[in-house]
Amino acid sequence: MKISVKAWVKTGQPWVWLTAGAVALNVIMVAGLLLLIAVRGLGHFWPADILAAGYIEQDGSLSQVVGEIADTKKDPASQLREAGISVPEGVELVRRDLLKVGNRDLSGSDFRWVLETGLQGVSYPEQLFVAERREWGNFYGYLRQLKQQDETVGSFESGEDAAAYEQLWSELQRRIERAEEISAKIKVIEKHEIGAVNAQFERLRLKTRRLQLSDSLTPADQADIAAARAALDLQYQGMQQRLVELYTQIGRDSLVAEVADGQRLEIPLSKIVHAYRPNAMSWLQKVLFYGAKLWEFMTDEPREANTEGGVFPAIFGTVMMVLLMAILVTPFGIIAAVYLREYAKQGPVTRLIRIAVNNLAGVPSIVYGVFGLGFFIYFLGGNIDQLFFAEALPAPTLGTPGLMWASLTLALLTLPVVIVATEEGLARIPRSLREGSLALGATKAETLWKVVLPMASPAMMTGVILAVARAAGEVAPLMLVGVVKLAPSLPLDGNYPFIHLDQKFMHLGFHIYDVGFQSPNVEAARPLVYATALLLVVVIVLLNLSAVAIRNRLREKYKALEH
Amino acid sequence: MATLLTPKTLDNDAPSRIDRKSERQARDKNDRNKKSHSINIRSISRNSNALDLEQEKITLQVRDLNLYYADKQALNSISMDIPKNRVTAFIGPSGCGKSTLLRCFNRMNDLVDLCRIEGQILLDDNNIYDRNVEVAELRRRVGMVFQKPNPFPKTIYENVAYGLRIHGINKKRQLDDTVEWALRSAALWDEVKDRLHDSALGMSGGQQQRLVIARTIAVKPEVLLLDEPASALDPISTLKIEELIHELKKEFSIIIVTHNMQQAARVSDYTAFMYMGDLIEFGATDALFTTPQKKQTEDYITGRYG
Repeated sequence: MKISVKAWVKTGQPWVWLTAGAVALNVIMVAGLLLLIAVRGLGHFWPADILAAGYIEQDGSLSQVVGEIADTKKDPASQLREAGISVPEGVELVRRDLLKVGNRDLSGSDFRWVLETGLQGVSYPEQLFVAERREWGNFYGYLRQLKQQDETVGSFESGEDAAAYEQLWSELQRRIERAEEISAKIKVIEKHEIGAVNAQFERLRLKTRRLQLSDSLTPADQADIAAARAALDLQYQGMQQRLVELYTQIGRDSLVAEVADGQRLEIPLSKIVHAYRPNAMSWLQKVLFYGAKLWEFMTDEPREANTEGGVFPAIFGTVMMVLLMAILVTPFGIIAAVYLREYAKQGPVTRLIRIAVNNLAGVPSIVYGVFGLGFFIYFLGGNIDQLFFAEALPAPTLGTPGLMWASLTLALLTLPVVIVATEEGLARIPRSLREGSLALGATKAETLWKVVLPMASPAMMTGVILAVARAAGEVAPLMLVGVVKLAPSLPLDGNYPFIHLDQKFMHLGFHIYDVGFQSPNVEAARPLVYATALLLVVVIVLLNLSAVAIRNRLREKYKALEH
Repeated sequence: MATLLTPKTLDNDAPSRIDRKSERQARDKNDRNKKSHSINIRSISRNSNALDLEQEKITLQVRDLNLYYADKQALNSISMDIPKNRVTAFIGPSGCGKSTLLRCFNRMNDLVDLCRIEGQILLDDNNIYDRNVEVAELRRRVGMVFQKPNPFPKTIYENVAYGLRIHGINKKRQLDDTVEWALRSAALWDEVKDRLHDSALGMSGGQQQRLVIARTIAVKPEVLLLDEPASALDPISTLKIEELIHELKKEFSIIIVTHNMQQAARVSDYTAFMYMGDLIEFGATDALFTTPQKKQTEDYITGRYG
């Protein structure tokens, strides 16, 4: 059957194909993007097998390598030959593996490339273990000794019975667990208790300063403050003492391990986060371990310049900043839209304002950052400090980038979206309903509150959804108004006033930038970039889904507009 | 019939209209005997005790009312008295100003930009267009039901209670009692008493319109304005609304705008015929439909135009 091209065009079929193709392309791109970051990011947490092998170096000498394969590339043999590397005849492509060898304190770098042709006697010994350390990155080696206060409590030499190794290993796990418990206690004291005491000290200092500034510091006040300070000091001494005790306890044990080239290294157990033997793990154990690592990534604090540990403060900061932004922008945008649509006389002025509002949405976000820094922080914050926080000067309280200013800047950035969406929602409320309310003797304001605004609420939520989507992904302005690469504490804690709007915070978007481009250990951090990006997407999707759920509930409630 | 009015002669040109009017009045006298009515008023079941506007109590008085939309005049010096506890119907072709006049009674035209009103409407001898009149209070006293049912997206109960809550009544007992009374008065109670707290939007069109009537009478207005209340409804619902109007006139003065002359004849005590912004004829319904005084009225009710 033959149809002329012209006739085929006339049937409209090409349009169907074109439009469907465009949609398909979009879906493929989005799915591909998500798949890429998911695969690259999530693979990082899988406990990969550790390879041990002999390796012929370029100069022909034989050395031992131990490590996990982090990446694989294929090079054409000719290129390698040109570079002066001997490659056997008849080979076209040579595989090159990036090994994560760890032991940065011994070898200086975490990673090395090895050529497939140089590897000899590849094996996956079950006794090899990985130790995640609090500093110097991962350790790869064989357990040889366990020590308690410099006395050996257990040892194992190669060639002995494997069961002895298992015994030593389980003893190590017990001791690591003990160290972990002590470390948790130390954390509670250092972060929370001492933090609370410090906050009280600071409040006392500010109180003294405030009284001094107003020239009303009486000897009685001074005595009170001194007494309070002494009490706090006493508390602090007690904590200090407990800390010293805990530190001696945690420093009790250490292990001695042998690395690939036979060197021995002693590692205190207080420096170890986990120790595990991936080669000896069953598949189920690996899955469980993977889950635990993923959980740790989401709930733990970052270590080692953000390249290890978790990103919880960044998740927390992102969500909190977005929620604050939504709380600020929603009432402001709705009120502005109500005035523009319901009260203002429609004319050239309102038209001009609408054009201006719409154009605000097109201003590059970094410009908002500059505005936030110049106006909110230096001008507003600076003046607020002068007026209300004079006792803390010259250290700024609100005159410095912080959570509140970041939220406010983003609220300004997303304001047009909320205004436009709300206005459209208000315009869609049928005139007949307004008249129905007015005809019952309601005033215009009553009609607005009781009929119009509730019915327009789904549209307002649409505005908030769009605002949240935009604000959560924004990074550029935040770098100017409050985001930092590492915030020592969360903006929400148990110390008065509980929400610290003046504090700097961490953000997933900035975390991606920081880990990916500002990190001292780029190779180690790269999977984290993908994992963090995936997490950012998930956080935004969750924020949006919750807003969509609220909107759908409202829609269900006020579906009068459907007919 | 000497001439039939064709659409061409029905233009908006005021001077020529006046000419035609006088012509027609001259003709009226000749044609009086040759009348043929499309509505046989006797065939409609209604008690035919003669009504006389002179003997009625008056609730609303319209005095020389002119209304302009921008430069265009929509009502030309209307004067009429609306009797108390009676049903007054406004009939006339589309665009004749009957709805506009109706909306003057509770100042709904205030919401229209560029709408300007001259003259007076007296409710209990007070001009509702006075500067110190509170519009919201006026609208409570003069309630209105619109052409299309417009229940709020709330429950049936809350719809009826809306006006009460607006006027500060929040006691549960009082609300319950009034809601029940209003729904009973609107002949809706039996249909909805088991689902008072369901959404009003799940009701049928006819039920919705009766709900809107219940909502309006719940605040106990003095006058009830009905703007083509049955035009969007099926015949059964229309019948129910008409029966309802008959019941409601015991307590309220009702003004109804309708396109449907049979309906006007069925439900109203007095009828006003309007044409192009003029009040042509106003009188007892029986008299107006059987012995219209004006040629235009007769042409309209016999179906010659409109």
